[in-house]
Amino acid sequence: MSSRIYNCIAGISAKIEENKDFLTELDREIGDADHGVNMARGFHAVTEKLPQDSDDIGAALKKTGMTLLSKVGGASGPLYGTAYMEAAKIAAGKNEITAEEFGEMLAAAIAGIQKRGKAVRGEKTMLDALMPAYDAYMAAIGEGKDMAAGLDAAVEAAKEGIEFTKTIRATKGRASYLGDRSIGHQDPGATSATLTLETIRDFIRS
Amino acid sequence: MVGLVIVSHSPKIAEGIKELALEMAQGYTQLYTAGGLEDGTIGTDAVRIMEAIVSANAGDGVVILADLGSGIISAETAIDLLEEDIDVRIADAPVVEGAIVAAVEANIGNSIDQVIQAAEAMREFHKQ
Repeated sequence: MSSRIYNCIAGISAKIEENKDFLTELDREIGDADHGVNMARGFHAVTEKLPQDSDDIGAALKKTGMTLLSKVGGASGPLYGTAYMEAAKIAAGKNEITAEEFGEMLAAAIAGIQKRGKAVRGEKTMLDALMPAYDAYMAAIGEGKDMAAGLDAAVEAAKEGIEFTKTIRATKGRASYLGDRSIGHQDPGATSATLTLETIRDFIRS
Repeated sequence: MVGLVIVSHSPKIAEGIKELALEMAQGYTQLYTAGGLEDGTIGTDAVRIMEAIVSANAGDGVVILADLGSGIISAETAIDLLEEDIDVRIADAPVVEGAIVAAVEANIGNSIDQVIQAAEAMREFHKQ
């Protein structure tokens, strides 16, 4: 029998695979047209390497992060890899995650991405989806809502974050070479980050 | 002796730089490459870079020469992954020219500071 954390990560992998061409197309417009292909390759390797019966959420996330570092190939490898590895530290040895712990994991993942990418909010990156998502999640939890409702709020905020990335100029990564021509296009990283949150939300709701 | 690691998205570029650098630094044994992904496709792999750093280390530190974009971010990740305490520095230098002079400097037994300085001086090496 496969464990819940395996199923959740396999769900993210399936979502990325399903959206591979879409993510690559977004990246073709403002980058080097490899985001979907790279992420799908990385997550395919994750599902092969991750033990299906592991109950240790931290260990599973660490393995996911290490595999992404190694198999994605582009900058999203170290960025997502670091995010998963930082979240893994909060979940080490746990087989259940509370709503508060999930908030801490999201915060740790975002801090890892910021450190690794030397990026801040408003530079047309995955942070423009993840940081508003975190704020919305914490606000919902603060009002006494459960993890699923918190994730609903997070996904909505992340989607608004994607819309916001269409209005701004890229100043980080390959898209920054385009200058003003990057305006009007949504960021592929913000999109894959939102797909990830959506999958986690659907998994928690199922 | 200072070690060197060449990081490129392309395995062929990394191997080619190694070949060229060793022409100039004959007998130098601490030059390792981490080009592409494990299966030979284009990309950078922080875990392979970390392994190359460990191989290149002979106790006097390791200098990394990397190409653009995720070459640098993967090299920084590789340094964070190290379990041993190794003095590793990423040279802010053009990867081909930097690697050649770094190999020459390292091969004559110069310190990591001297190797880095020589590699970074190549930023000012004009071709016209």
